[in-house]
Amino acid sequence: MTNKKDSSSNMSGFEEQLKNQAADLKTLVDSGNIAEALRVISDLNATRDQSLYQEVGRLTRTLHESIRNFHIDTAGQNKSQEELSKIEDASDRLSYVVDMTNKAANKTLDLVEESMPIASEMKEEADILKSDWARLRRREMKPEEFRNLYKRMDLFLDKLSDQSDKVYRNLSDILLAQDFQDLTGQVIKRVTGLVKEVEDNLVSLVAMAGKVDQITGTVHEGLEQKEDVERGEGPQMHAEKRVDVVSSQDDVDDLLSSLGF
Amino acid sequence: MKILVVDDFSTMRRIIKNLLRDLGFTNADEADDGNTALPMLQTGKYDFLVTDWNMPGMTGIDLLRAVRADDNLKSLPVLMVTAEAKRDQIVAAAQAGVNGYVVKPFTAAVLKEKIDKIFERIDS
Repeated sequence: MTNKKDSSSNMSGFEEQLKNQAADLKTLVDSGNIAEALRVISDLNATRDQSLYQEVGRLTRTLHESIRNFHIDTAGQNKSQEELSKIEDASDRLSYVVDMTNKAANKTLDLVEESMPIASEMKEEADILKSDWARLRRREMKPEEFRNLYKRMDLFLDKLSDQSDKVYRNLSDILLAQDFQDLTGQVIKRVTGLVKEVEDNLVSLVAMAGKVDQITGTVHEGLEQKEDVERGEGPQMHAEKRVDVVSSQDDVDDLLSSLGF
Repeated sequence: MKILVVDDFSTMRRIIKNLLRDLGFTNADEADDGNTALPMLQTGKYDFLVTDWNMPGMTGIDLLRAVRADDNLKSLPVLMVTAEAKRDQIVAAAQAGVNGYVVKPFTAAVLKEKIDKIFERIDS
């Protein structure tokens, strides 16, 4: 990346030289000086080769630099494969995010699944007591039934206190289970930074390789990537800015109804 | 009413099962992709299929096609619950014979609405 400027001036120098030599060649051929013309042709070849070597050399240097920037430690041969690369480290970090979010989701679900039946049970018992209480207020209750209600009310209040406590504790644990966000956020930010760095290095490598292609006249067949609708893409980012993507359930419903659903 | 919930993430399966239970569907089984789901469906025990799209192994769209191609299963109602949001994908699912399509993230109300609509149509 650092020598982008002088390499482009170098390229135009190469072209300049090519132009001059071509003009010389034409003059010599026109004047019938074949021996001299052949010498110019061999000079032309030499110029091309030299520029090619220069560009390959530059490409190799950039490649080395990029590898260094990818944080793949080529010197540490005796280290294990996993220790060599930051990419490997990034995958580890992302696995950590998956683990953390998975754990938090499961913990939250456990606590919710534990709390829901408690809430329904309390509601059911309260509903029954409420209707009995209403009968009492309407004075429709026999003394025998009242004594029973009295006892049940006592038990219910005890239980309500215990169960509310349990639900409160579960809610508080659910709250704490969200602490992953801070940690996973930090990890994802670091990995995003690394991806950006790798991208920059790759872009500069591609630019260098393009120069070699130019000199050697190599043309690569277009590596068109066929888009496969069937392959899932996962959640869409910036859906509201794209026309090929729905941005809400309403969009889905509209699309389906336009198809006769 | 027995339901099969297919998603590669266990937490999503749990969330959907919980929501289904709140809607009164207490009998639901789980599978983690199409390859696991299809043999389960072929036992003929299920009345409704809720599936994700993007899964390793057999995807939801392939599962849907396999269901429609199976004489014993072809009329099984299928609801897709997925993060896949490209118009082409929704059209493909519709063409493959999906009965409802819910994009993630979704709410309990949306899930209920779509399920109600599917059964309304079947009953009518």
